[in-house]
Amino acid sequence: MADELAINVHGMTKRFGDLTAVDHVDLVVRAGEICGFLGPNGSGKTTFIRMLCGLLRADEGSGTCLGYDVTTESETIKRHVGYMTQRFSFWDDLSIAENLDFVARMYFIKNRRPAVRETIERLGLAERRNQLAGQLSGGWKQRLALAACMIHQPRLLLLDEPTAGVDPKARREFWEEIHRLAGEGLTFLIATHYMDEAERCHRLAFILKGRLLAHGMMGEVIGQARLTTWSVSGPDLLKLAERLRGNPAVEQAVPFGNMLHVSSPDAAALERAIAPFHTKPYEWHRIDSGLEDVFIHFMDQSKDNVSL
Amino acid sequence: MRKRHEFSPRRFWAIVVKEFIQMRRDRLTFLMMLSMPLMQLILFGYAINSDPRHLPAGVLMGDHGPQARTLLHAIGNSSYFTFVRELDTEQEGRAAIARGEIQFLISIPENFTRDLLRGDRPTLLIEADGTDPAAIGNAVSTSRLLLNSAMRHDFQGPLGYLSGGPDPIDLRIQTLYNPEGITRYNIVPGLMGVVLTMTMIMITGLGITRERERGTMENLLSMPAHPAEVLIGKIIPYILLGYIQVGLILGTAYGLFHVPMMGSLALLLAAAFVFIIANLAMGITFSTLAKNQLQAVQMAYFFFLPSIMLSGFMFPFRGMPRWAQCLGEVLPLTHFLRITRGIMLKGNGLPEVWPQLWPIMLFAALVLVIGVKRYRQTLD
Repeated sequence: MADELAINVHGMTKRFGDLTAVDHVDLVVRAGEICGFLGPNGSGKTTFIRMLCGLLRADEGSGTCLGYDVTTESETIKRHVGYMTQRFSFWDDLSIAENLDFVARMYFIKNRRPAVRETIERLGLAERRNQLAGQLSGGWKQRLALAACMIHQPRLLLLDEPTAGVDPKARREFWEEIHRLAGEGLTFLIATHYMDEAERCHRLAFILKGRLLAHGMMGEVIGQARLTTWSVSGPDLLKLAERLRGNPAVEQAVPFGNMLHVSSPDAAALERAIAPFHTKPYEWHRIDSGLEDVFIHFMDQSKDNVSL
Repeated sequence: MRKRHEFSPRRFWAIVVKEFIQMRRDRLTFLMMLSMPLMQLILFGYAINSDPRHLPAGVLMGDHGPQARTLLHAIGNSSYFTFVRELDTEQEGRAAIARGEIQFLISIPENFTRDLLRGDRPTLLIEADGTDPAAIGNAVSTSRLLLNSAMRHDFQGPLGYLSGGPDPIDLRIQTLYNPEGITRYNIVPGLMGVVLTMTMIMITGLGITRERERGTMENLLSMPAHPAEVLIGKIIPYILLGYIQVGLILGTAYGLFHVPMMGSLALLLAAAFVFIIANLAMGITFSTLAKNQLQAVQMAYFFFLPSIMLSGFMFPFRGMPRWAQCLGEVLPLTHFLRITRGIMLKGNGLPEVWPQLWPIMLFAALVLVIGVKRYRQTLD
């Protein structure tokens, strides 16, 4: 059961005219995992998710979602998958209760009324059940959307940038909820471009311009980059950063608070590059590369590949 | 290969309930849909009088004999014409028409009385401002009757020899003849079709494109819903709305305008059902073509304008050129106008109505096939 694959697709491709939005993407996610789906805007995250839940037809590719064939059994997949769209897509002119009731009817929920009432109570919206969904704040809309796309007890949740426009406290609560649900065996694929959110995932997939650049468990992805990072503190780091960036051996020199993170895939070359600055008052420490360093590294690499 | 799931009455009903709630929330649209038939009825029924009277006329007196005077009096006494001035020359008269000062120029030729008495059939020329044929149509058509009845009185006794044979006056009218006298009786039953065409197409077009524009269609498509459940579920409330409009129009037609109801009300309501479906089908098809709500409204107008022009609502159908009639025959409104007028005014039954009903059914079926084919279950 633990080794069951919730998502197992290969070579997924979607073209819109001349544009290849998703280009031969493979993705494997085990049941009960939270998979972070990362990439800048327009990289193909939404298109990929839409193909998984049958909203778009893949031009190429095959595989299974919850054990059902993604190309032929999308109607069955829809019944077991919850999809939360990037933009709030419930009905603004229906009340909270009416929205949930509609969704419950669409999925043939048994004991519909108690199920809807329970969901509303769990959300803490009992007093506002008759308020129109369009009048809710961003955070509440997001909680309503999550509750609505889970009312049919799906086994896989596809969440497309679920925390866009949500304040930090609501975001934290949201992630706590996600982890609790994952503990119960639900699988998540969560598109995001927040690094702190990516760090809360078990598994990561990084997509850029429709191509999958890295994929694996958190440690694996960082390991794949083979990046060496040094942290340095001292006076006038901005000037130091500028001088370091002039050296081709230094890939990144990024300020983090009172520190500067200096990274490169070539450890030896980096050490030679920073050797002249290994003097007082600078203090150097070798640190583990962070996710952000890794992703910027992947993006820079892909830029080089494109220009070649 | 692709697994199709079955139509489910339960999901269908879920959509019907949702649509009713949304319709109730959108009060402005709902009120507009209800007030549109009333507003149009009052505008067309009262304000727009297509049988205008007391139209300004000028006269060119070439002869001042007694018969010419009789004639002039008769014309002046009819409610259609009002003499506003006497003109001296033909040119002056034409200029007055051009300015819009008079709508008719009546020319009594020289020696009118002498020629009339001789039995030489003098020419009486009525020149009419044809820029608005509908406005002058009735006045023109009455003038011949007017002339004959006025002269009959004079042609007694010694002039009795003129009352037999062909008309003693050669009346020439220079304008188009409006063959079908448009009256309120004609307009009010027609308005039912016009109002339904406009509102039904627009409301369906908007209802479906709105889901797409707001992003809720993506949500709906991610649920296991059958296209037929969505489409039929969405149009049920609109059918009901259409019947409310029909009820309002029939009530007003009867109560306010005293339009008779010669035929069967049940038959009329049944025909209205077919007509409403045809228009909703058109709306669905438009919504699959339109990218947003604005485009849906534009398409509704694109269909509505020819409907109102070529159906025989605005202009007499037989007065249109052949090609326009052919186009008109395709439109559901053309046939529905004939049905409503036939049932309400002539008391037609199913045998007379059927030849007009099946073209609407055919139209609905064809358009619905296109609409359902184009309605995508994916976002491709």
